[in-house]
Amino acid sequence: MIPLSKPAPASAGITGTWRTYKPVVSLDKCIDCGLCWLYCPESVIDWEKGHKVTIDYTYCKGCGICADVCPVKAINMIPEEA
Amino acid sequence: MSFRLDQLPKKRYVVPGNAACAGCGMMIGWKILGMALGEEAVLTIPASCASVVQGLSPKSGIAMPILNVPFASAAAVATGIAEAFKTLGVKGHAVVWAGDGGTADIGFATLSGAAERNSNILYIMYDNEAYMNTGIQRSSSTPRAAWTTTTPMGKRERKKDVALLMAMHGAPYVATASIAYPQDFYRKLKRAAEVEGFKFIHLHTPCPPGWRFDPAKTVEVARLAVETGAWILWEYDNGKFKLNPPSTIYADKNKRKPLKEYLKLQGRFAHLTDNDIKNLEEEIDAKWQTILALAKTFS
Repeated sequence: MIPLSKPAPASAGITGTWRTYKPVVSLDKCIDCGLCWLYCPESVIDWEKGHKVTIDYTYCKGCGICADVCPVKAINMIPEEA
Repeated sequence: MSFRLDQLPKKRYVVPGNAACAGCGMMIGWKILGMALGEEAVLTIPASCASVVQGLSPKSGIAMPILNVPFASAAAVATGIAEAFKTLGVKGHAVVWAGDGGTADIGFATLSGAAERNSNILYIMYDNEAYMNTGIQRSSSTPRAAWTTTTPMGKRERKKDVALLMAMHGAPYVATASIAYPQDFYRKLKRAAEVEGFKFIHLHTPCPPGWRFDPAKTVEVARLAVETGAWILWEYDNGKFKLNPPSTIYADKNKRKPLKEYLKLQGRFAHLTDNDIKNLEEEIDAKWQTILALAKTFS
């Protein structure tokens, strides 16, 4: 029989534990452009036009791409506590 | 084609909690592939970083049907899938998602064969410019002067231009793309899906651990590659060769950013002298001359 993998979250575990910096969104600065959602390599950013963004910290690896691409610098990378 | 981000599908084709490194460029490309072709694509994946992300049995990090195949066989297997679709009357796209090693080196024979047969497949080469999955060994797609674990003094040979090679096979659709320009990549995937026959897209995907840069800079590095002219966006669509924005403006050498801005972010180029950089710039300019001549001849 051919071994089958089925799509499911956490195929590599709770990847949020990889994080050393945590992206925190200042929603008052957010202009609802969706670029962080578009570029997030982990698909952990939710975005609905008009409702801005939320981040799933269970799986966010803390790469910081969202903060880097944000045109208004509304995302800050905050060090995780040990 | 007008393009609005909020009209893109919200379905997660990249499933959170997968095995990709933080800041992986390939995963950004994969998201766009899912958005563009969605349920209609069946992927064939040879050994690569991609096979690690989707193959951690019993779970997969990608919500698309995928067949894992030996290194050299991807294009041949996809050809079989395309033929099966045709025979069974199934509407679908046989897509290969392969790295530069599996394309430019190990998979090149079956790739060239599929292009020559004009098999009805879409081959996407995500190019992170070395064998990243096994520990950053050089491939024929590693650029000249780049450090890898097997080129500790910098690679001496130039980068193989696989997209041009595919265009020279006379394939109906060949394009280059970059993860910094998802809209352009999305449009090219949609266009490729309409074309009958062999399609090839060469996607530039920076790799933070392999290129030695901060994972937050993946998109920035990819964008600088285009803005400095080191990576050129073009498409060859049924005999017509043209540059795509934003590369169109970089045909004028003076509009390009200095190559140093792209190189200095990456540790793999940290050993370069100003003279080395000048030589690389000359090589890039020679590449532009070729591309511009092609765009003029096949306009």
